[in-house]
Amino acid sequence: MSDIMTAKDLNLWYDQTQALKNVNITIPEKSITAFIGPSGYGKSTFLKTLNRMNDLIPTVKIKGEVCYNGQNIYDSSVDVNELRREIGMVFQKPNPFPMSIYDNIAYGPRTHGIKSKVKLDEIVEQSLRDAAIWDEVKDRLKKNALGMSGGQQQRLCIARALAVKPKILLMDEPTSALDPISTSRIEELAIELKKSYTIVIVTHNMQQAVRISDNTAFFLLGELIEYGETEKLFSQPVDKRTEDYITGRFG
Amino acid sequence: MLSKKRKAYIGGMKAAMYISTGLTATLVIFLVAYVFIKGIPHISWELLSTKPSYISGKIGILPDILNTLYIVIATLIFVIPLGVGAAIYLTEYAKNKRLVGMIEYAAETLSGIPSIIYGLVGMLFFCQFLSFKTSLLSGSLTLVIMNLPTVMRTTQESLKTVPKSYRDGAFGLGAGKWRVIRTVVLPSCVDGVITGCILSIGRILGESAALLFTAGFAHALNGIFEGLTSPGASLTVALYVYAKEQGEFGVAFAIAAILMILTLLINLSATLVSRYFAKKREL
Repeated sequence: MSDIMTAKDLNLWYDQTQALKNVNITIPEKSITAFIGPSGYGKSTFLKTLNRMNDLIPTVKIKGEVCYNGQNIYDSSVDVNELRREIGMVFQKPNPFPMSIYDNIAYGPRTHGIKSKVKLDEIVEQSLRDAAIWDEVKDRLKKNALGMSGGQQQRLCIARALAVKPKILLMDEPTSALDPISTSRIEELAIELKKSYTIVIVTHNMQQAVRISDNTAFFLLGELIEYGETEKLFSQPVDKRTEDYITGRFG
Repeated sequence: MLSKKRKAYIGGMKAAMYISTGLTATLVIFLVAYVFIKGIPHISWELLSTKPSYISGKIGILPDILNTLYIVIATLIFVIPLGVGAAIYLTEYAKNKRLVGMIEYAAETLSGIPSIIYGLVGMLFFCQFLSFKTSLLSGSLTLVIMNLPTVMRTTQESLKTVPKSYRDGAFGLGAGKWRVIRTVVLPSCVDGVITGCILSIGRILGESAALLFTAGFAHALNGIFEGLTSPGASLTVALYVYAKEQGEFGVAFAIAAILMILTLLINLSATLVSRYFAKKREL
């Protein structure tokens, strides 16, 4: 497996508060990488540096490099919109747009210039199939997406992200607002999707990390404490703090 | 057990409450009824469809109705793009939050200034300095300045109600800022913007002081372009002229009744618009 993203000495500040300290990490292609750690310690912040969503917060300052396919994404020549097309995102709370299911999925492709109805129909169907929700919604594509259940909405958001044909999918605690059944469907979906996509998932649920991820990174106080194969990290953690966290001594 | 004193106190307060409510309701109902009773008998097709003539001595308010319509159209043409555009810039683009705060504060202060002051400034600036003369255009531009703060503020408030998660979702798909605003933010708050605009139509319709200075008193029947460049009385100004200068109280009350019906319709349509969009979103 070759590496698709690398962060080198990444530091991030919100105003004066440092939220990430010298993070170095390499994310392999077509696999699931999980970020674990207590809430408020930099996992989501780091995830959002990978497609520059932090640019939207005016007080954020970043030092260091994040390379995607060998190119530093913070370089001034990078087209952020194109970057976010290639590195898609699924958010903590399902956030479909207040429009029809069809228009939700077609939003991304339309944004990137696809106008043909035939082409859009094709993309919408394929994305919904890939997100394992086609059978549930094929008869009500013109209905408002806000009428779906939370779990369906989250799978719709995954389909929406897939519709722009990204290479990487960033998932920020995608199941934290969902019930157990919807959660397991999203997990199955993630495992299915890693055949074609690279997935990076933030989770505060350690069982989830064990169930679905290939590699796990443990963040604490803005630092990357330990990173390695999931099985190894959970069975033989090297760092004392990792061991304390995964055995439930804090967090 | 309640003491006698306490019982009397509760009874007294209740009575005071009923009296104040009753008084308020009576005043409103009396005002509406009085205007309608005095005005409606004078509303006739002839009044609505002719212009006044000194030769025949008949009074028609068609020119005033048209003038009002022209003023509303001309004002909206300027005030909506300016107000909505300024609101989008201030809420979505402007980086200097202190400056935005100052502009918002200034806008709020401006909307509280008595309209006669706008009239005075409008007269000096539009009629004289820009030499638009006393005309519906000068009047409309004065009303633009008057309504700009309100349209801007209501639009800003609607923009702020759009959840951040919608924006994040669109940005995350690689949409640029303007595309996010145009395709996600504006459609989800369009009802607030439209309601704000409808309510400002109500204010334009009801304005008189600012127009006395800037738009004039003529009752000539004009097309819209000719009308905008010549002086003309709006319905409110005509009401003033007929009542105060010609003693035609019947006509004045007829106009008053018409204005009240129009205001009612405008408020009703604002409610309908927001209800329509709320329903559309629910589906």
